Amino acid sequence: MLILTCPCCGVTGEETEFHQGGEAHLKRFGPGSSDNEFHDYLFAKENPKGVHLERWRHVYGCGKWFIAARNTVTLEVYGTYSAQTTEPPKDIRDRISAKVPGWSWREFA
Amino acid sequence: MSTRLATGGRLLDKGRALEFTFNGKRLKGFEGDTLASALLANDQMMVGRSFKYHRPRGIVASGAEEPNALFNMGEGGTFEPNQRATTTELFGGLTCTSQNHWPSLEFDVGAINNRLARFLPAGFYYKMFMHPRPLWKHVYEPFIRQSAGLGKAPRDRDADTYEHVYAFYDVVVIGGGIAGLLAAREAGRAGAKVLLMEQTAHWGGRAPVDGGTVDGQPVDKVVEEILSELSDMPNVTLRLRLMGAGVYDHGYLLGYERVRDHQPADKGPRHRLWRIRAAQIVTATGAIERPLSFAGNDIPGVMLASAVRDYAVDYGVSIGDRTVVVTNNDDAYLTAICLKKLGLDVPAIIDARPHGASQLTEEAKALGIRIETGKGVAKVKGGRRVTGVAICMQAGEGSAMEEIACDAVAMSGGWSPVVHLWSHCGGKLIWDDEKAMFRPDVDKAPTGASGEAFVVVAGAANGALGLADVVADAHAAGQTAAKAAGHKPKKSAAPKADSPSENAIAPIWLMPQGAKYELRSKAWLDYQNDVKVSDVQLAAREGFESVEHAKRYTTLGMATDQGKLSNINGLAILSDALNQPIPQTGTTTFRPPYTPISMGAIAGAARGPIFQPLRRTPMHGWHEENGAYWEPVGHWRRPYTFRKMPGEAIETAVAREIKQTRDSLGLLDASTLGKLVVKGPDAGKFLDMLYTNVMSTLKPGRCRYGLMCSENGFLMDDGVVARLDEDTFLCHTTTGGADHIHAHMEDWLQCEWWDWKVYVANLTEQYAQIAVVGPNARKTLENLTEDDISAEALPFMAWTDITLGGIPARAYRISFSGELSYEIAVDAGQGRALWDKLLEAGAEFAVTPYGTEALHVMRAEKGFIMIGDETDGTVIPQDLNMEWAISKKKDDYLGKRAQARSFMANPDRWKLVGLETTDGSVLPDGAYAVADGTNANGQRNVQGRVTSSYYSPTLGRGIAMGLVHNGPDRMGEVIDIPKVDGTVIKAKIVSPVFYDPEGEKQNV
Amino acid sequence: MSDAISALPGAAFEGAVRVEESGLQGMITLRGDFGTAKLKKAVKDTVGVAIPATREIAQKDGRGAAWMSPDELLLLLPYADVTDALGKIDKALSGTHHLAVNVSDARAMFRLHGATVREVMAKLVPVDMAPGAFAPGQIRRTRMAQIPAAFWMTDEDTVHVVCFRSVAQYAFDLLKDAARSEGRMGLFD
Repeated sequence: MLILTCPCCGVTGEETEFHQGGEAHLKRFGPGSSDNEFHDYLFAKENPKGVHLERWRHVYGCGKWFIAARNTVTLEVYGTYSAQTTEPPKDIRDRISAKVPGWSWREFA
Repeated sequence: MSTRLATGGRLLDKGRALEFTFNGKRLKGFEGDTLASALLANDQMMVGRSFKYHRPRGIVASGAEEPNALFNMGEGGTFEPNQRATTTELFGGLTCTSQNHWPSLEFDVGAINNRLARFLPAGFYYKMFMHPRPLWKHVYEPFIRQSAGLGKAPRDRDADTYEHVYAFYDVVVIGGGIAGLLAAREAGRAGAKVLLMEQTAHWGGRAPVDGGTVDGQPVDKVVEEILSELSDMPNVTLRLRLMGAGVYDHGYLLGYERVRDHQPADKGPRHRLWRIRAAQIVTATGAIERPLSFAGNDIPGVMLASAVRDYAVDYGVSIGDRTVVVTNNDDAYLTAICLKKLGLDVPAIIDARPHGASQLTEEAKALGIRIETGKGVAKVKGGRRVTGVAICMQAGEGSAMEEIACDAVAMSGGWSPVVHLWSHCGGKLIWDDEKAMFRPDVDKAPTGASGEAFVVVAGAANGALGLADVVADAHAAGQTAAKAAGHKPKKSAAPKADSPSENAIAPIWLMPQGAKYELRSKAWLDYQNDVKVSDVQLAAREGFESVEHAKRYTTLGMATDQGKLSNINGLAILSDALNQPIPQTGTTTFRPPYTPISMGAIAGAARGPIFQPLRRTPMHGWHEENGAYWEPVGHWRRPYTFRKMPGEAIETAVAREIKQTRDSLGLLDASTLGKLVVKGPDAGKFLDMLYTNVMSTLKPGRCRYGLMCSENGFLMDDGVVARLDEDTFLCHTTTGGADHIHAHMEDWLQCEWWDWKVYVANLTEQYAQIAVVGPNARKTLENLTEDDISAEALPFMAWTDITLGGIPARAYRISFSGELSYEIAVDAGQGRALWDKLLEAGAEFAVTPYGTEALHVMRAEKGFIMIGDETDGTVIPQDLNMEWAISKKKDDYLGKRAQARSFMANPDRWKLVGLETTDGSVLPDGAYAVADGTNANGQRNVQGRVTSSYYSPTLGRGIAMGLVHNGPDRMGEVIDIPKVDGTVIKAKIVSPVFYDPEGEKQNV
Repeated sequence: MSDAISALPGAAFEGAVRVEESGLQGMITLRGDFGTAKLKKAVKDTVGVAIPATREIAQKDGRGAAWMSPDELLLLLPYADVTDALGKIDKALSGTHHLAVNVSDARAMFRLHGATVREVMAKLVPVDMAPGAFAPGQIRRTRMAQIPAAFWMTDEDTVHVVCFRSVAQYAFDLLKDAARSEGRMGLFD
């Protein structure tokens, strides 16, 4: 069972206090998008073996969503950060690079 | 015979005798005994029958690894099967019975299997009971079930209570032996917050039995000193009877505390599950001695050498008068020496190694013990008890050279570190050829959230077997853990211990080396699951080469002891059969818990009234007192109907409630409906995105019904939205939707439109909400208020604040029944008061509280959809002919793009219609309508299904809604709907609005 | 006018610690931008304390404010004062984006008092209840067995627990079970 630190309220809590919400940094495609774009938005989710950027909600706490950068194999958590951003912050990316040189996740590396 | 010695027994309080009962026999033991030691003291060597062959079995071990001595313990509400005698502390009045025999332990009919053993090898059941197939279900399975299983399942409800506790430490040390004590001391001295846990009732582990000195002091004195130092440290917690059950991700550790198994008369929880988070975990879990594989190694009286020593030293019990020691390492010599010093006879030490032991040889010889090197046991003689051993050359095929009479055999096949807790969370192992053991690969420890190792192994668990190595290793482990947990241990030298030098173990996995089939088929690997050397060899021959396959084929290591004694021996035999080195074969995976833990401990306090939360509305008490027949809705309890008198049938009550509501006045507790306040300058824009229709144009004071879809286009919730003021809306959700629609809103606000100015609050429980329904609804409210609630002042789909019976309330004029209807919301604290006032005010109209079933029937009569009935996560609003609730003007809303996908936009879909049975009967809910022909699987084609079906007391017939292929275009057509009994009901496709299609009743 | 009632009026249990329902407690959920002077003033005017720091609770003379999230406070005040206070807050914050709602009736509140309150809570919440880890003045929102709850301590021997009203009986039963005298384990002794 994981422990995560909510960047919004600072609580370090166990997994049962949080709710996982799938892939982070999704770009929404609405009316006007092509079938392929919309299909990929809805269904083509990242499911990596390794570095993953993932949405979590502190559901039993402050209720805020945030993003966790973690490793799906080692379960290492590289950091958590605000959900109000379209890309992982530099310090998080640097931390991942230090541990997993050459990593990439969608357009981020 | 086994018996209590006149002296010795360091764990016993001989001043306190205890009586207990085994298979109805009254026996005596002492305070401090385990059930196993007390049975042995009473010469109860044989304790059960084996699982498959029903062979007599005796106690083999002295700890958690014991495979044979499993008992039915207790009676009635405290009965529990498969309890391990070696880990059960004796208490006065203990009652237990042995398992797996009939009619008695001494005379057992099932023992016939032993005679047939040759015909019952590994995989026998798989091969034998496959054909002919039908026989499996009716003959084989019932027969096998009859004879399978060890203990009996409890019949009564568990009378005990259990609990959980959450605890947090810098360093948790698992194992209170000398290694654990030393590691805890180092971590404690460094200032870490430490928990030291020990599964037994005693500190010190094996060290006081095995002896030796640390810094010149006898080891038992050292144990006492460390304990006293630890007790004085405020940052260290010491806990006995607390087992490390499992190590999980990120330093999560489950501790299983047996609070009062040893004194069941006490009150309070029986077991406590510790849910621990540890920055660092030290596994000082020791090592377990391995049996040797020789013919007859399962006959009662054959025991692990270390266990023989434990029983003698700890409990003053001798296993036999004449004990032959059989070994492939030096350690077992300690047993011979110990027994001899206690005045017991040790006719010989049979050492398979050509050169025998090192230092201990001299000591043994000096005591006059005969030592036979290069020899092995050809066969143990005896049935229910050892009578002798035949010895042979280890290098040979087992021709007996000599028979030695004895009544006990102490065997040692070497030691296996207890690597379970190290391995649970991914710690890797390496094979140590010199010590013939798998031990933790300290460079591949489990890693935690930070990516750093969080498990450190100490002492014998790390493969350090001699006291000197154990002490040095544990000292270092304590420092390592403290440092990794963020403390700064002072540099200090490890204590120096003395232990005799030893010769290397010889990797002997079978005795003798060339044992013939007849011997191999009586050489047991797994006592509990009755797996022999020959079975594993058979598995290898039949192609089950992977250790995981061989394990499952033979069931090796799959019993409740999880192969603590058998795993290494089994895979050594497998490796030998496959002609490959042991590391290449590898091990099976160690999974938690370390030993079985009670179901009660896992459940904790969650039973009875606190099994799970039960949500109650403010009117719950009234419902309870007035015949509510409950329906669970999520965690809520809602009245399904109210039985007017105890004998009233459910259907009668529902029909009565509907009739009375349609004719006069009904009351519904609607408090469970979700109520979300959405406020802000962008609230209208936000709701336009969430609902398929337009909410931003709603006028303050008015209500609008809305549909909410997921981004997939599927309908997820519905409800009435009221605009409270210019930038505030109150959104009603379904009962089940309150929490997840709130979460859905927060999701979009926080993760997509975070620049929109909208706040949401979930006020579901702030309000009690009561629906006042029926032709007399207005008159009833007028009895309680001066405020103007006339049709002009409060028209359909409007709301207003009023005072009702002195209570400030909000009245929404909305209807889910088709009747004149008001939903009244008041603060929850006044909900019951309002309910009582409405009952009083409605008395003249024979007010009738109704439940969820009447609500369902009335909404179905009106053709109103219900989320979860007409929708199942694959239904779009268009399927329900709800285009009227979907805005064409809006550029976007959640689900809009998805509803334009080709399959969704295809008009050729199953759509909502009413279904009217031609015979007036009620269709089965969920039944399918069949079409002509069959599909690729040979099943009937289907063309629709029933989504809601009820008996309508208003219409006096069955009514239903369903999704039917192109349904709305097929009005009047009759379709076939088969029932599970094969008969077919014919139903006509009709409009789903069965009652008051013009809506005249609700709009008055 | 009927008198409002709390979720479990008068419920009390005497075990290792005393558990009692706290009765009616006025509560306002206030959401807004903590950085604005208007909001700071509105909080101070309503409950007499400044906006507490992250995960803290400030209390004074029977009123107080608890930090619930970066944009949410829970204001504590006498039950009877809530309607008035809401009017004043809305007036004071008019023109600024905020939300203030009465949640007094949506909640149940319990008071635990006794020397082993930390241990009782440790049996129910996945939170380090050790004296160095959680102290009076802090508030923690978490999972209590199977329900959401928030709690704080007013002194070393007193814990206040808030949960949803509908699960008041469950919460009370849980607290009673954890507070049984015979379950004492000396976790923080």
